[in-house]
Amino acid sequence: MISILRSIWFTFLHAFHKRETRGYPEKKPYLPPRYRGRIILSRDPDGKERCVACNLCAAACPVDCIALQAAEDKDGRRYPEFFRINFSRCIFCGFCEEACPTYAIQLTPDFEMGEYDRQNMVYEKEHLLIRGEGKYHGYNFYKVAGVDMGVKGKGDGDNEEPPVDLKRLIH
Amino acid sequence: MRYFFIIVGVLLIALTIAAGLIWVERRLLGLFQDRYGPNRVGPFGLIQVLADMIKIFFKEDWIPPFADKPVFVMAPGILIGTILLTFAVIPFTGSFLVLDSNIGILFFLGNSSLGVYSIVLGGWASNNKYSLLGSIRASAQMLTYEVFMGLSLVGVVMMADSFSLREIVEAQRGMWFVIPQFFAFVIFFIAGIAETHRTPFDIPEAEGELVAGYHTEYSGMKFGMFFVGEYLGVTLISSLIVTLFFGGWLGPAFLPPAFWFFFKTVCFICLFILVRASLPRPRYDQLMEVGWKILLPLALLNILITGAVLIYLK
Repeated sequence: MISILRSIWFTFLHAFHKRETRGYPEKKPYLPPRYRGRIILSRDPDGKERCVACNLCAAACPVDCIALQAAEDKDGRRYPEFFRINFSRCIFCGFCEEACPTYAIQLTPDFEMGEYDRQNMVYEKEHLLIRGEGKYHGYNFYKVAGVDMGVKGKGDGDNEEPPVDLKRLIH
Repeated sequence: MRYFFIIVGVLLIALTIAAGLIWVERRLLGLFQDRYGPNRVGPFGLIQVLADMIKIFFKEDWIPPFADKPVFVMAPGILIGTILLTFAVIPFTGSFLVLDSNIGILFFLGNSSLGVYSIVLGGWASNNKYSLLGSIRASAQMLTYEVFMGLSLVGVVMMADSFSLREIVEAQRGMWFVIPQFFAFVIFFIAGIAETHRTPFDIPEAEGELVAGYHTEYSGMKFGMFFVGEYLGVTLISSLIVTLFFGGWLGPAFLPPAFWFFFKTVCFICLFILVRASLPRPRYDQLMEVGWKILLPLALLNILITGAVLIYLK
């Protein structure tokens, strides 16, 4: 009997507690920068695509939602001819971002991707590619890569020594 | 002519309050559970009831082919009918009442017994095992609880020396009956919850075990009538508690008597919702045990003591 009255009293006290509800569409929640949401493709500081179409993201993807086709431009620089992510399959695990050697593919704090038509969940390259550098500013893969792709001369890269003059060692 | 206006007024007030309670209950449950409840449709979600009503009118009103059709259709009407009839004897103020009957309490008890038929017949006519189980439970529960609901009122009748609800309120000018008849009030409140079969005594519905109990097969506005009937029952029991134990329309004179009646009734409706928010549903046999072994002897004891004291004082 006492316990019944006690529980009624404690329920009544809840009337003065703070409500747990977040009014979502009106009040947006704070999402940390590392939140794993909508996937984007980023660009170099000089505005070129970072993606080198290595297919590692597609291989890492546990649900096979990434499809791409590699191609080469006239300098021999690789880029994806098409890059397609099926967001109705994507589980936002972030493995593609971890696998990416060039910081090209990144997850962003945005999850509002609802669509009425299922086909619209398939994002093509023009939907994925953004103008900026995403989370990693100032990073250019070809500045640290071994190959010369017109971005840096031999020995000009970040953390790279000028080439050793072999003839100097001989005599 | 005045009579006609009072009838229409009472009907309108009762039905509006019952419909409004759907919103009030959901908001209050939200409040007690640290959330908001419906707040999308209109200011504070007030239009929610209207939206629900439009929805329920446009739903298919389906009668299952295996049901006993005339009884199936009749059952929700009996519920609403008996409850609305009982509102006729409730004195909202000294003059605003439909029927100043000299057997008001008996009229209420008789009508609430008739209300059991709606649930029993509804469950029976549905021809569905869950409905039948629900209505069996309902009949047993409501018969049990009606026994001492009636007995708990005997003390009040003895003190007021009348069956008329208006005269019972008049008899409380000196002191509200809740003080000398406290046990009767507690018993009547518990029996009232069981009578309107709301949580924690919603064993006839028990959606955890019986789908929806006796109204499993009902849809559309027939279900709506059971639904509104429940809230009408809550309003009725609350206003009866106010009339019998809390001095009805009596109150400080700076506000009109109708306000006091309304205010007290709303307090008890909120108490009903609070009880629903806090208590779990007991097992069926526990419910029966409490009814027969505790509350019935308590009600009889209350009559005995009240009678003894009244004779002693005389």
